[in-house]
Amino acid sequence: MVRGIDVHYMEPVDNTDSLKPKTKAELESANAKLAKKMVWVAAGSLLFAFALVPLYDVLCSITGLNGKTNNEASTLTKAKVDTSRNVTVQFTSAVMPGLGWNFYPKQASITLHPGKIETVLFEAKNITGQVVVGQAIPSVTPGIASVYLKKVECFCFVNQSLKPGETKVMPLRFFIDPALPKDVSEMTLSYSFFEATKK
Amino acid sequence: MSTTTVAHDEVHHDHPSGIMRWLTTTNHKDIGTMYLTFSLVMFLVGGAMVLGIRAELFQPGLQLMNPDFYNQLIGVHALIMIFAALMPAATGFANWMIPLQIGAPDMALPRLNNWGFWLLPPSAILLTLPFTLALFGIGDGAIATGWTFYPPLSVQGGIGVDFAIFAVHLLGVSSVMGSINIIVTLFNMRAPGMTLMKMPMFAWGWLITAFLLVATIPVLAGAVTMLLTDRHFGTHFFDAAGGGDPIMFQHLFWFFGHPEVYILLLPVWGFIPQILQTFSRKPMYGYKAQVYSLWAIGALAVVVWAHHFFTAGMPVPALLYFMYSTMAISLPLAVLFFCWIKTMWKGSMTFETPMLFAVGWIILFGIGGLTGLVLADVAADAQYHNSYFVVAHFHYTLFAGGIMGIMAGVYYWLPKMTGNMYDETLGKWHFWLTAISFNLTFIPQFFVGLAGMPRRIPDYALQFAEFNMISTIAAFALGLSQLLFVYVIIKCVKGGKKATDKVWEGAEGLEWTLPSPPPYHSFTEQPVIK
Repeated sequence: MVRGIDVHYMEPVDNTDSLKPKTKAELESANAKLAKKMVWVAAGSLLFAFALVPLYDVLCSITGLNGKTNNEASTLTKAKVDTSRNVTVQFTSAVMPGLGWNFYPKQASITLHPGKIETVLFEAKNITGQVVVGQAIPSVTPGIASVYLKKVECFCFVNQSLKPGETKVMPLRFFIDPALPKDVSEMTLSYSFFEATKK
Repeated sequence: MSTTTVAHDEVHHDHPSGIMRWLTTTNHKDIGTMYLTFSLVMFLVGGAMVLGIRAELFQPGLQLMNPDFYNQLIGVHALIMIFAALMPAATGFANWMIPLQIGAPDMALPRLNNWGFWLLPPSAILLTLPFTLALFGIGDGAIATGWTFYPPLSVQGGIGVDFAIFAVHLLGVSSVMGSINIIVTLFNMRAPGMTLMKMPMFAWGWLITAFLLVATIPVLAGAVTMLLTDRHFGTHFFDAAGGGDPIMFQHLFWFFGHPEVYILLLPVWGFIPQILQTFSRKPMYGYKAQVYSLWAIGALAVVVWAHHFFTAGMPVPALLYFMYSTMAISLPLAVLFFCWIKTMWKGSMTFETPMLFAVGWIILFGIGGLTGLVLADVAADAQYHNSYFVVAHFHYTLFAGGIMGIMAGVYYWLPKMTGNMYDETLGKWHFWLTAISFNLTFIPQFFVGLAGMPRRIPDYALQFAEFNMISTIAAFALGLSQLLFVYVIIKCVKGGKKATDKVWEGAEGLEWTLPSPPPYHSFTEQPVIK
């Protein structure tokens, strides 16, 4: 509309956007344009929801936010044992519903110097009549300590398969990174065994 | 409509009648009426469910239902009240009042508007259908996880979970469409001269709500979609055995869930100041301060989510961050409370029903807010998490702060929408019955919560028996009082003293310049705001 431009030209006003008269067509196209933008915002936040999944994993593996340990074999490069302090590691175990196993740590806790490699044992028994495959998932409390618990060898790195009635003693070789914050003197390592039989 | 010019629109009244009028309507008043009616019906459905819950809790032990059915009632009650009662009520007001308040002929995207509403009834059916299916031996009833869908329970649950997931998808699409419509309307359709800072407060409340919805509802949709693929398509988003993490669901859910609290409340914070200024007969105090506070709350809402699961395990710095940021929300909220009270200060106040609800709302919502501060404290939350203290807290914010606020709006605008005055005596009865029975229902729940009664469990220890009995009796009184509300509305729709255009002596705003009820097409010539 030419009239609108004229009015605007002749008497300048402070709020140009709302005083500008619009034709119906102009308004409809402006509406459609803004609506499309908002659809993109909504689509973006849907994408954001899925992007949060890897972001969450990365954040947790850096900070140990959810108590997950690094499930890959570590090697002790700087073999420096810190004999000035002791750390107590407690062990707990759980069997998730659907897995017919008994599973428990052979020792309740051990006390060790940071930097020293220790071996502890866990025992699992299949009490069902079938071959059952299980997967152990670790979790460390307090979460902040989880990134300092380094595993050299662990039964949790791979699936474990037990024949009917079979008992298996499984080792965990680990050390505590000497960089562990000074105020942490105790931590709990918990293993939950989940059913992982292929169906 | 598309063939005529804007100025001649009012001569075109050839819209279909009967059921087709409602199915095909693109008129903002019709759609607003449908939203509000749907909301009222679902409010009664959700209320009936909670009366079942309260009846079971009348005495310790299990009397009326098995625990699984109890869990289903809890979850569906919450989903219905949040998504099918409170949100559609706010959207209904937005449809009715935003075009009238900003001098626009209609909403910006009328067809989208129609679609947005008609997605709601199917999703309400999806939510409640599993109850009926279970009667015929199909499935094991509705979703029994509570409204929060936490895995692993929701991954293990029956078909009720799938129904609820699809219902949430539909509700989410509907809310996002409604929000986009409101954003576009507010940005493009304001009357000439109405700058953003001259918009009515209700429009501001809804603008921020709409932005929150567009930003967070898709996150909920994504989270429940992951749940669906975990359940049926072998993914492991939340399955620890496959490398996933159930706690991640809580982060995703509450990233939506906490803003959702403000989504439910911001529209109410918008129109309550308008009611206060009307019945105090003086201008709203601190318009700018209120607008900035609404924005501050909207922004803080998306960065405080983890206070809902402090006890799920978090490093201390994260606990501290979420505690302090949550408590920070009380600062802009305190500004709002101050402005609301200052608006009434030394005003010529009268206490018609909308004003009674508005003043009662300030007090009760204040209790809800202050008890929220207790829960935001990490040390205290370890004690009160998942107790009845939490239940009482969020009912003070969502029933008193949400639904009683909506009721204030209903009484305030009903004469404008219907053209008839409601029955003032019955309205006042409704307020006092609601306010008294509400407090009698939930104050005992604070006590049993502090004493350690856990929520979401159909049985409880004997020492909680008396308080639960009081709570149940009061809950039935509260429920029955709402039948009076329905009666007042129906009576008002059918007839009554004719309302004037202005309705209330102190009413300010464009909607009060139109006749009561407003014509089917209003503001086809936009007014100019000086």
